Amino acid sequence: MPQAQTAQLSATTNVAATNVNVVVQAVLAMALGLFVVGVVGFSHISAVHNAAHDVRHANAFPCH
Amino acid sequence: MSVFRSIVFSAVLAGLVAGLATTAVQMVGTVRLIQQAEVYEKKPEAPAPAASSMPANAPAPGTSGHDHDQHQIAAAAHDHGDAWEPEAGFQRNAFTAGASVLTAIGFALLLAGIFALRGRPVAWREGLFWGLGGFAVFVAAPGLGLPPEVPGQPVADLTLRQTWWIGTACATAAGLGLLVFRREPWAAMLGLGVIALPHVIGAPQAPVGTTDVPTTLAHSFVVAAVLTGLMFWALLGVLTSIAYARFSRS
Repeated sequence: MPQAQTAQLSATTNVAATNVNVVVQAVLAMALGLFVVGVVGFSHISAVHNAAHDVRHANAFPCH
Repeated sequence: MSVFRSIVFSAVLAGLVAGLATTAVQMVGTVRLIQQAEVYEKKPEAPAPAASSMPANAPAPGTSGHDHDQHQIAAAAHDHGDAWEPEAGFQRNAFTAGASVLTAIGFALLLAGIFALRGRPVAWREGLFWGLGGFAVFVAAPGLGLPPEVPGQPVADLTLRQTWWIGTACATAAGLGLLVFRREPWAAMLGLGVIALPHVIGAPQAPVGTTDVPTTLAHSFVVAAVLTGLMFWALLGVLTSIAYARFSRS
């Protein structure tokens, strides 16, 4: 009985660890996505602004 | 394949296709209107045309470049000095395509990340609705206070507008999340309240200024930009869900 309980506990821990792992990877990927959108759409660097100018206007990102 | 790699691969694939398709639509829609507006932006000395008249032709070569040195609107005057800018024509359009694809990949990373967090397969139809959620969060809600604008229209301070834009997108995402994922009445009320809040606070207002950009041109641009946004998000939602389903299985 204690053995079965231990096995169950270990399985639960594994599932929890996998879930945490998935969450960390997904959140990292989402942060990378926001960073890319931030640079293309919101950077104040003039060259970046000029390169992405038409896309900023078309996407209704604030531009001048 | 690790979850991170599945997300990145599917986002790059979906972003590439959706970004290029959107660029093709932009070339006949928003980009054409931006170039028409730049004729007014770049000619401060020219007599103001009648509000209803549109430029007869696309701008002549050399006039479609965006030169911030010649902004005619005092409020929007913005001196970029001699900062690099792409040459009019192919180079400029190539950068537009590149920026479109990068934006699409960025947003697809967000969508695929959500699909990974769902912990179960997301079918194309559910992907479509996530895409429409993206449209509400990143186009409809910020666009209500800060409508898509062609160059040359009077605008408020850039940082203020960017802050309001990002705040509105976050509030709309949080509000929609509460509405969709919580079933309690308090969540519905709070969700609606959070969605309305940035609009109650109000977007930064443009100072009173005159512009030669015809109202019809500005209005056509709002319609073109919002419709392109709708197409972009619907396509990105569907493509990302299909791509992520494939990559996460392998």
